[in-house]
Amino acid sequence: MENTLNTARLEPVWHTNRRIMLLLAALALFLVIFPLFGPNSFYLHLMIMIFMYAVMAQSWNVIAGLSGQISLGHGLFFGIGAYTSSFLFVEYGVTPWIGIFIGMFFSAVIAVLIGIPMLRLSGHYFAIATLLIGISFQLVFQRWEWVGAASGLWIPLTEESSWYALQFHDSKVPYYYVFLAFFIVSYFFVWRLSLSKIGFRLRAVRDDYQAASSLGIDVSKYKIIAYAISAMVMAPMGSLFAQYILIVDPDRMFNLEISILVLLMTVLGGIGNIWGPLIGVAILIPISEYSRIYLGGTGGAVDLIFYGLILMLICIFRPAGLISLFPKHILERKKQR
Amino acid sequence: MKILSVENLSKSFGGIHANRDISFDINAGEILGIIGPNGAGKSTLFDLITGYTKADSGMIVFNDNNIFGMRPDKISNLGIGRTFQKLKPFADLTLLENVMIGSFAKESNIKNARDKALEIIDFVDLIEKRHHFARELSTGQRKRLELARAMAIEPKLLLMDEVTGGVDQKTIPGLVELILKMKAAGVTIATIEHNINIIMEISDDILALDQGQRIAYGKPAEIQKNDRVIDAYLGTVDVA
Repeated sequence: MENTLNTARLEPVWHTNRRIMLLLAALALFLVIFPLFGPNSFYLHLMIMIFMYAVMAQSWNVIAGLSGQISLGHGLFFGIGAYTSSFLFVEYGVTPWIGIFIGMFFSAVIAVLIGIPMLRLSGHYFAIATLLIGISFQLVFQRWEWVGAASGLWIPLTEESSWYALQFHDSKVPYYYVFLAFFIVSYFFVWRLSLSKIGFRLRAVRDDYQAASSLGIDVSKYKIIAYAISAMVMAPMGSLFAQYILIVDPDRMFNLEISILVLLMTVLGGIGNIWGPLIGVAILIPISEYSRIYLGGTGGAVDLIFYGLILMLICIFRPAGLISLFPKHILERKKQR
Repeated sequence: MKILSVENLSKSFGGIHANRDISFDINAGEILGIIGPNGAGKSTLFDLITGYTKADSGMIVFNDNNIFGMRPDKISNLGIGRTFQKLKPFADLTLLENVMIGSFAKESNIKNARDKALEIIDFVDLIEKRHHFARELSTGQRKRLELARAMAIEPKLLLMDEVTGGVDQKTIPGLVELILKMKAAGVTIATIEHNINIIMEISDDILALDQGQRIAYGKPAEIQKNDRVIDAYLGTVDVA
């Protein structure tokens, strides 16, 4: 037994699956060199949407997968990020690069302020409250003249592409790399978070809040921390999307569909697993974008019918998400091999 | 030296008195056994001490701190650990990760928390199972997991709720040995037990409850002869 303890002490803190790491490195390399193959702007747009929704779904995964709170109004923080950076740029000429971080800060503050009363609610009640908060923000922004009310804010075009103004008129490639960078940083951050003391404590709260509090964990505080971190991960995508389409308005930025989509994508891929959201996004975004091409407009809502169908199938046959189709020995990395 | 002092603790749920005027002390380094039939209020007593349920009245003093009405996490941080009658492992985490979460109460560094968790897992004889998910462990192993997790917060007082309940007969001696090992390691223990033989064997003092009331409190030898305890456990025989 003593030998086993000595062996255990010598083990690395975390086992990593070398094959998976190599695969991820190859994927990262491919994503970096992808624009060099000269893809047309549709494929660049598709990849940009995948990166954006992958981060947004990961943000939802932090609150739902790590801490076990179901938020139905998470698009709220997308809107806060979009409005903050756009407003600062339109009114004061502040570069969106700084606006992104201010948007993250505001999102975290709002998450804490609404989290303090709401996280006392549990389960369905918390979910319903987040849904109503999300809708109420949209209503407020629709009537708030200072931020353009229902018309929103038009981001003034720069004459030429500009990194300072985060506007690129000739090509989507710079946008591609900006979204890719945020995607990689966000996933790395959430991966490190999940292996940190905070990550462990959040998972304890998720699995059993009573047992967690018996180990000295302040359950309410950790739920609020998760909500604030999740909001901070979501906000930059709103800022970047605003720079991508150069307009922010309440109907687009606080759209309930955003909140529902990130939920669907995470559930489809696998909630609580860092790669789950990416898998869900990599399936649903192409369906959505292709249906827009072939059916026009918003895709004739065919994508939503697909989403509903897929979600039903997942709930019936794979409640743990598509990630559970992977062999167990790959997912359960900490097991002795 | 008293580590925990409970005075006139009462709790009612509607018209039902779950605990009524319960008083007792626990001395540092000793084991207090708590016995009583089902529904006697034993687990409620643990919930009141650890803050999961708020008492109606009374006083709870732990190491000179008045902990009455305090939140469970704050009570835990003062040094009271507990296990639950209905096991509460973090099912989707490994045994090592479960215990590490306990270690984080006193240790922020991941590697140090892991090394400390490994030592405790070795202490409860589960080192070979460290990478198994909690959901994969047997009931007896999950009981050890809960003990290890509670030990990881370095408690001064550990409340154990039916550690030997629901496990097979072969597992019981190992768990009893573990409780005595914990006592030898300097942990003060209060344990709820249905198995009278075990409670008599390991306890320094025994608190007997029935219908929410204290019916006896003293040394095992005294409790064994106490008429009210015998009545509560065996029932009275009316002789016409």
